[in-house]
Amino acid sequence: MKEDTLRKLRILAESAKYDVSCSSSGTVRRNAKGGVGNTVGGVGICHSFAEDGRCISLLKVMLTNYCIYDCAYCVNRRSNDIPRATLSVSELVELTLEFYKRNYIEGLFLSSGVVRNPDYTMERLVRVAKDLRTVCRFNGYIHLKSIPGASRELVNEAGLYADRMSVNIEIPDETSLKFLAPEKDHESVYRPMRYIQQGALESAEERKKHRHAPRFVPAGQSTQMIVGAAGESDRDILSLSSALYARPTMRRVYYSGYVAVNTYDPRLPVLKQPPLVRENRLYQADWLMRFYQFRVEEIVDAAHPDLDLEIDPKLAWALRHPEQFPVDVNRADYEQILRVPGIGVKSARMIVCSRRFGRLTGYDLKKMGCVMKRAQYFITCGELEAKGVNELHPEGVRALLTQPGGRRKQPDGQLSFVFKEETV
Amino acid sequence: MGEEWFFLYDRTWEGLLTAVFDAYVRRQFPVALIGEADTPPLFAEIHRVVADEEKAGRVERALRGKLSGAALACLSGCLYAESPALDLPLFRYVCKALEAKGSIETNYADPDVRAVTDTYRKVLRERLRMMQFVRFQKTADSTYFSMIAPDYDVLPLIVPHFADRFSEECWLIFDRRRRYGFYYAGHRAVRVTFESDAGIFRLPDGRLCDAMCDAGEQAYQELWRTYFKAICIRERLNPRKHRKDLPVRYWKYLTEKQPKRSGEG
Repeated sequence: MKEDTLRKLRILAESAKYDVSCSSSGTVRRNAKGGVGNTVGGVGICHSFAEDGRCISLLKVMLTNYCIYDCAYCVNRRSNDIPRATLSVSELVELTLEFYKRNYIEGLFLSSGVVRNPDYTMERLVRVAKDLRTVCRFNGYIHLKSIPGASRELVNEAGLYADRMSVNIEIPDETSLKFLAPEKDHESVYRPMRYIQQGALESAEERKKHRHAPRFVPAGQSTQMIVGAAGESDRDILSLSSALYARPTMRRVYYSGYVAVNTYDPRLPVLKQPPLVRENRLYQADWLMRFYQFRVEEIVDAAHPDLDLEIDPKLAWALRHPEQFPVDVNRADYEQILRVPGIGVKSARMIVCSRRFGRLTGYDLKKMGCVMKRAQYFITCGELEAKGVNELHPEGVRALLTQPGGRRKQPDGQLSFVFKEETV
Repeated sequence: MGEEWFFLYDRTWEGLLTAVFDAYVRRQFPVALIGEADTPPLFAEIHRVVADEEKAGRVERALRGKLSGAALACLSGCLYAESPALDLPLFRYVCKALEAKGSIETNYADPDVRAVTDTYRKVLRERLRMMQFVRFQKTADSTYFSMIAPDYDVLPLIVPHFADRFSEECWLIFDRRRRYGFYYAGHRAVRVTFESDAGIFRLPDGRLCDAMCDAGEQAYQELWRTYFKAICIRERLNPRKHRKDLPVRYWKYLTEKQPKRSGEG
């Protein structure tokens, strides 16, 4: 039996790994008497890190990788000749608990290929979550995929057991989606998203009246977009993300650089490497929208529909708006300091707290964790000023910050002697 | 011309606060603090601080009026770092806090505040790492056993987390470097130590042999290793980030980084 489980786990983990989300954040739940597990909240706990650098927090697995759909970008599409497997509900429940008790994982991330019809598949996902919660009294994290096209009743039931639910948009542009996945449309994605949102809002309303009313997806919902499989621009992607974040329960949008899994399909681009730099820039832009009070139009606009791959989006914005700088760190508002390249949320807060005690110097900023290599061109702190972005011009700063091996370079105007190294 | 004074204390929270109390009573402020195990200086006077509950309590009450609970937790939490370099910054932080009008805890430009805050952040990071990287093995008598060797003495800080999470199980987490552990069974965790010739010290990397393990243990370890390999996307290999997030010094005790056992025992 174990040999067979091993084979199934390998197949189903390999099928599930292209889903990016793995976070265990957003819920705080203590263990109950007779139960197993808790959820710590905060940023969650990553128990391990795979060799591709991604964290392993949850047991990310599919219930089955059989699928009736034939989406061009998906490794599990019907027409692919790959090994297929199905885990039984009890097998998966046992596996989750045994892994959890050994502190391998924080909980379960469960997804599935669509078999027979969406409702049949969704029902099986819900059964796993229900068994874990009610029979095994599992209080760890559960992330459930909502199957596009599943009925409202099933989504509502799933929400009672899951901490987070997600439906993947995958392709931000609907015509491209229909081209690559003829059996899907955006409506089939947005409908379950609305169900989740309505369920969560109703539950929040209910809990105002009764403190013990059940929680409904307390960690909200997330979604994912594939980057580089269709011809969408970064502006399309980020505008959609921004619209999604405006919805009450949307917590995270993930970006997944397209890994060429189905190279034979002529509808897909031929990529040697997944677009990793672009994916990274999109995440940086995402962070700017969520934590740095940037609006999407400030990051990408009609003139700059794509993010600069060479420099990060915050620096790119700063170089487009030299009139906003220099920022005086000893006087400026928190919001302004937050916009300085090289200063993050943590250092900006420290600056605002510390300057009440005395004037801050460049040395202090460095010690607080500001990246002075970038920040130096955009701030003043009452010291002998170095040349800023307005004196050097944006192009000059850009050149200074993008030159290869910049760390080793001697500052201009410094006397330097060249000694030949003698080898003994 | 006053002499230079060294304070010798036991590196506990109580000891530290007593040292502060003594300094104010004696009107002598030390140039350095040392622990019991440190080499005493040749040409300096040494004052031996005897940790005293009442003296420490008075200082702590005064501190409570000056600092937030979070800042106090930060100060006392720093002691888990067991860092001799932090003795003096901690001492000065307490003195400055007592003398200041308002709270100094957010003055990150102050080198002592910064040293203490940064160290506490490191302690918390190590605590998180232990919450991440503890790997239990189920033994034949259904106790879950794990061996760790954290950089800082954070084991007491993670015990409440595991006591809540696995409240129905028996477990033992053992810090090999500091040679003590916590054993949890039936709603209470107790600190345990072993004789120096105990079998626990003969486990080279904390791995139990087959005879000591639960029947299903090796199978689950193999399942976990398989999962660990399968979840990696080979087109995206990133060994540098892998080593950054999962430093090599922790690999020794990680199940997924152990080679498969070939039928022994």
